[in-house]
Amino acid sequence: MTGPLLDGHLVVDRAGFRLDVRLRVAAGEVVALLGPNGAGKTTALRTLAGLHPLTAGWLRLDGVELDRPATRSFVRPERRPVGVVFQDYLLFPHLTARDNVAFGPRRQGLPRRAARERATDWLGRVGLTAHAGRRPRQLSGGQAQRVALARALAVQPTLLLLDEPLAALDARTRLDTRAHLHRHLTDHAGAAVLVTHDPLDALALADRLVIVEDGRVVQEGDAGTVTTRPRTDYVARLVGLNLHRGRAEGRLVHLADGCAVPTTDRLDGDAFVVFPPTAVTLHPERPAGDAPHTWPATVAGVHRHGDHLRVQLTGPVSTVADVTPVVAAGLRLLPGQQIWATVAADATRAYPVDH
Amino acid sequence: MTAPARRRGTGQRVPVALLVPAALGVLFLVLPLGGLLLRTPWTSLAPRLTAPGVLTALRLSVQCATLATLLCLALGVPLAWLLARVEFPGRRWVRALVTVPLVLPPVVGGVALLLVFGRRGPVGGWLDATFGVTLPFTTTGVVLAEAFVAMPFLIIAVEGALRGADHRYEEAAATLGAGRWTTFTRITLPLVAPGVAAGAVLCWARALGEFGATITFAGNYPGRTQTMPLAVYLALETDVEAAVVLSLVLLTVSVLILAGLRDRWITGP
Repeated sequence: MTGPLLDGHLVVDRAGFRLDVRLRVAAGEVVALLGPNGAGKTTALRTLAGLHPLTAGWLRLDGVELDRPATRSFVRPERRPVGVVFQDYLLFPHLTARDNVAFGPRRQGLPRRAARERATDWLGRVGLTAHAGRRPRQLSGGQAQRVALARALAVQPTLLLLDEPLAALDARTRLDTRAHLHRHLTDHAGAAVLVTHDPLDALALADRLVIVEDGRVVQEGDAGTVTTRPRTDYVARLVGLNLHRGRAEGRLVHLADGCAVPTTDRLDGDAFVVFPPTAVTLHPERPAGDAPHTWPATVAGVHRHGDHLRVQLTGPVSTVADVTPVVAAGLRLLPGQQIWATVAADATRAYPVDH
Repeated sequence: MTAPARRRGTGQRVPVALLVPAALGVLFLVLPLGGLLLRTPWTSLAPRLTAPGVLTALRLSVQCATLATLLCLALGVPLAWLLARVEFPGRRWVRALVTVPLVLPPVVGGVALLLVFGRRGPVGGWLDATFGVTLPFTTTGVVLAEAFVAMPFLIIAVEGALRGADHRYEEAAATLGAGRWTTFTRITLPLVAPGVAAGAVLCWARALGEFGATITFAGNYPGRTQTMPLAVYLALETDVEAAVVLSLVLLTVSVLILAGLRDRWITGP
């Protein structure tokens, strides 16, 4: 089959909010919807599961139309080949782990025995054979997450949906569970869509990132592209880069008020330029020489960041700089202080605004 | 009674302005029951309890209350689900109407039942003409009268439980391929089972003590429609001691039920 396994244009209109996301996922591909809270990621996931109808657009999975308001076609959630891992798992509290996992296969018409066998098999695959007889409240967070994953996969879904699958876990469990989840996502033959606000989860688990802000896709691409070429402040902050927009002329990107950032990339026209905070050098006086590569700034704040000090700078170009404590001591950085900033050309990267 | 002991342990001082009326309230509710115990003819208790009329009335009471509860469960649980889960026009009115029997004097309820299910009533007349079934002044009439008065207790308890239950479990069931009926029987009902049980017990206790609607709609025929409360009322006119013994039986059953349900009763809707 050619074309994506999942093909959708998800549009949901609610009072004061509009979700408008174009989504394509190939078989075997894991796509992360990454965005801040309230961006509409979970709503998008709910439309895929059929728990929320689209108000416009369409959704096709494996050649079958699941939702298209224009033709009033809608496939109810129980008839969709979809498995969902919910944020707080929603394991049925009155059923054992095994019966939770067997619930889906039973509904697919498997006899009780066969359903239980499949459940036992899936619990084995997630390493919980010994916990099959336990109730959800007797399971730890990480175990409950794995039962939820087994339950979603036991229906052999064409599309696997995960809503913040690691958000409810503590840091250590999260690390183990992430590795475990990654293994199962790699094995999953169908499409998978993961919703998260944690860039680490998205980068570790997904083949492709779709960044959603205010209900719209602001950027998408593989981990390498998104992390090196952010296109919004949100993404730049996530990956720890300074992002500015300006006009490129050859090896210079002109920003506001005559400031400019040198770059090794040669291009012309509207451009983004990014550089890590460590690439910013601070000077107490205006350095002699090339004027446009230096800009005046005011220290707005200083705080510890790892083994560096992170300096918040305002002025014509708002940016952050990381300096070593030795340098900071030499500069005697205080909020309100006027200083000068430069950026090394070989640490910056520029790319056109238009794709 | 472990709760007051625990509270005493915290050393909190209870304001007198609250303590006095609270104590008076307890006295007001408990004193009449104490009076009943004081007047009980303990020496002749055994023969009176085994007198033929008493057992018959008790058996009829328990049977009718149980049947009425089953009827309430069959109709009330789906109704509670509808009220809790489905938005439909006039839902507020339906909710208000189904709880009317709570405030209606039971005798009025009995009269209303008689007007509709009586032989001349629209439904009763049809039942009589079509199936030859007569409801008033029969044991079935007792069950109907009790169900009419007791069902709101069940509906309120179950609707409260359904509203408190996380409906996202039902969404999870749907994504696993369960239709609405399967979700209801496999997920929703087990989740609200404690609420349904509490509602059923309340409903049963209310049906057991039902008097006004029963005597109006079903009359007072020993062995057929004479339940315990009716027997108490009748005995009061001829033999006060018999009435006291019957009351004691009813009281014992009620206290046992409510004691078993104490926590639900306090925290319930």
